[in-house]
Amino acid sequence: MNTLPKWIDIVLIPFLTLFLAFFVSGLVVVAIGENPIRAMQIMINGALGSDYGIGYTLFYTTNFIFTGLAVAIAFHAALFNIGGEGQAALGGVGVAIVALSLDGTHWLITFPLAILSAFVFGALWALIPAFLQARRGSHIVITTIMFNYIAAKLLGYLLNGPLKKPAWQAPETRRFEDGAQIPFMKDIGEWVGLEITRTPLNISFFVALICCYLVWLLIWRSRFGYELRAFGHSENAAVYAGISPFRITMITMILSGGLAGMMALNTVMGEQQKLVLDHVQGAGFVGIAVALMGRSHPIGVLLAAVLFGILYQGGTELAFEMDISRDMIITIQALVILFMGALENLVRYPVENTYMRMLRGSG
Amino acid sequence: MVDTLTNEGRPAAAASPPPAIELSGISKAFGPVQANKDIALNVAKGTIHGIVGENGAGKSTLMSILYGFYKADKGEIKINGVPTEINNSDDAIAAGIGMVHQHFMLVQPFTVLENVILGAEDGALLKPSLAKARSALVQLAKDYELEVDPDAIVGELAVGFQQRVEILKALYRSADILILDEPTGVLTPAEADHLFRILEGLKAQGKTIILITHKLREIMAITDTVSVMRRGEMTATVKTSETSPSELAELMVGRRVLLQVDKTPASPGETLMEVRNLSVIGDNGVPRLKSISFDLRAGEILGVAGVAGNGQSALLEVLGGIEAASEGSVTLKGQPLDLSHAQTAGLRREKGIGHVPEDRHRLGLIMPYQAWENACFGYHDAPEFQRSFGLIDNRAMLTDARGKMDRFDIRPQDPNLKAANFSGGNQQKIVLAREIERNPDVLLIGQPTRGVDIGAIEFIHQQIVALRDQGKAILLVSVELEEILALSDRIIVMFDGKISGERLPEQTDENDLGLLMAGIDPRESAA
Repeated sequence: MNTLPKWIDIVLIPFLTLFLAFFVSGLVVVAIGENPIRAMQIMINGALGSDYGIGYTLFYTTNFIFTGLAVAIAFHAALFNIGGEGQAALGGVGVAIVALSLDGTHWLITFPLAILSAFVFGALWALIPAFLQARRGSHIVITTIMFNYIAAKLLGYLLNGPLKKPAWQAPETRRFEDGAQIPFMKDIGEWVGLEITRTPLNISFFVALICCYLVWLLIWRSRFGYELRAFGHSENAAVYAGISPFRITMITMILSGGLAGMMALNTVMGEQQKLVLDHVQGAGFVGIAVALMGRSHPIGVLLAAVLFGILYQGGTELAFEMDISRDMIITIQALVILFMGALENLVRYPVENTYMRMLRGSG
Repeated sequence: MVDTLTNEGRPAAAASPPPAIELSGISKAFGPVQANKDIALNVAKGTIHGIVGENGAGKSTLMSILYGFYKADKGEIKINGVPTEINNSDDAIAAGIGMVHQHFMLVQPFTVLENVILGAEDGALLKPSLAKARSALVQLAKDYELEVDPDAIVGELAVGFQQRVEILKALYRSADILILDEPTGVLTPAEADHLFRILEGLKAQGKTIILITHKLREIMAITDTVSVMRRGEMTATVKTSETSPSELAELMVGRRVLLQVDKTPASPGETLMEVRNLSVIGDNGVPRLKSISFDLRAGEILGVAGVAGNGQSALLEVLGGIEAASEGSVTLKGQPLDLSHAQTAGLRREKGIGHVPEDRHRLGLIMPYQAWENACFGYHDAPEFQRSFGLIDNRAMLTDARGKMDRFDIRPQDPNLKAANFSGGNQQKIVLAREIERNPDVLLIGQPTRGVDIGAIEFIHQQIVALRDQGKAILLVSVELEEILALSDRIIVMFDGKISGERLPEQTDENDLGLLMAGIDPRESAA
């Protein structure tokens, strides 16, 4: 039919878009009087040049997989969950409660419970906007973004009150004891006899990979996924087929919020080993770009999450090495998000036209 | 068989004016699909020229090329003998071409006047344009029987009037050539007749009209010449006076077609469904269905006639479990149905009510879903499609779809093709196969042949009659009177959310039903 071959759609267009994004970023670097080629080298080298760099890259990737999957799953039901930030923040509370109360035991006990708790807290935070949309028609884009602010304030209250480390100035919990210390990649490396530099990369990374598979299974192989996608394509047709929009909206948002909440496993249990105010650090929003770029497919989300991991880690190195401020790094990351997420058609139309012309020329 | 004149073969009358439209060698491909192949078409000035063809024959593509929506890959367009480049609708308008689309392109909350000047404003200020348009409208109304209140809000006008606004828009832009795409789909017979009078009037004033339709009756009634398209090619152009509906149908399909439905008299059995005082109130508080009562018996086809938008959709939706009723009751085989909740379509299916919805694009199919996913849509929770852990058995669904595609001759026979890539007729067959093969006691069918090609219509009608003969009760909603008359064993007519009359098909005709569709019962007013 009137469609492009898959390799153009999946490989060529994202690659060209990415190239364009880096090209424009390069112009920005030139504009501030630095060498863009060198900046690029530093970024890539910083992100992938050592096991230390790779560790950090994959640590960020883990965050983005969780939040990217959260957005992607909701996308399939035509729900735009931009509340990943708040859901992840609350997921952190879930993790902290389990960790603080059970850190006298063993991580094999605390970790599964923390997964559950992170999921439940994130899900509950998504459930209220879901209910408001399904029953009252309040648009989920508005409510979820508002809930991000509420979540931030709520977290602030908890960390200045009930969860705060006693006799301590900073708004954070006490450090988790050994029973809530999950294995880091360094530890896992040691089990199999590999020496790996210590980075925050931890076992949550594997949980994220498992989630990719489960989300794929759910969306494309389960009855619920079938109904969810049908609902996403056409609510009217879904109702005709006996699918309840209320049920789909609620369950989808539970899963979406839950996945966003699970991000906190990586930051709270992995990186910080305590709950701090800004443990999410914008990953909830990056998840939107990751889902867009990954076409809401778990494999796409995984690849996009790796790319953003590289950008984050490489950007940090860049700030160290060159006279490029942190704001400039954010600008470059924003350009990539802009091109990959919003300006894809900039590349798509010319590619499509060229392809069609070639097809006609040869046929 | 009348010999068919091709354009080249037509004897050129000496010193006659050049044709209003002369297309030659028009080709257009969408990817590998050749939508138009080397089309030649001459439309003589001051005539009504019909274009018929099945869905997907390329009529719309050809007209879109003429109106500048698409650009032809090859070929030449001459307007009044002058070669013309038409790259967009502005070019078309400048060349004097106006188009009345099947789905009106009107801004509903605007007045008639505002709609008419939209895109043709003279300057930054509206007032002079509006004043100019107002006087133009008065003149046009006088010339062509096109009366419309210029200050009426378009959204509040009846469909027939909205269509007049579309025609006025074209005429206001001084169109000499008017293209009408399926103009009578939403009109009562009386409104259609009025439209035809308008078209005759336009023709008398020297305007050229191209009428795209699938209703052969209309072609016969109003056109001077008719062109037939099939599979992207212009297969014949004939004088209307020298052809017949059955010949046209054959030219369209490429084989002999049964225009009549072959069916034996019904032998209705027990009453399967009793509908009493059923009312539905729409989202905006406006009643959609006002206290409807009827019985539906096993082994009969109950036809529901009426102009679109007179409560038929609400009737199907409430019976199909999509909408809730505000009042009234429905029993199925003596068991009352719970009508108080919307979104209970799943329960209806369990109880044995199948539903072929009026709008397969909006309701019946998920267009981006593949055929196999659509072939069980609504029945996807059936036990044979389940695996453990809430997973679905794709293979069982595929096998099921293959069987349906085979038995219903759905083409192309590829269960992995997306629904959107099937023709209208084959899409409808997917829906029908799905609903019929679940063996429902009652089947609700809305517009079974809307946008379906003639060849498939024949097949679909046969399936419906066969289902009736198996003793199923069928509620058939259609805006096509021919279809209602051909299939129904009993007919109810709906107007303004109520039943305006009931007839037996052998005791009525299109005029009688047409009056009922306008809310007038000729038998009562005669009495």
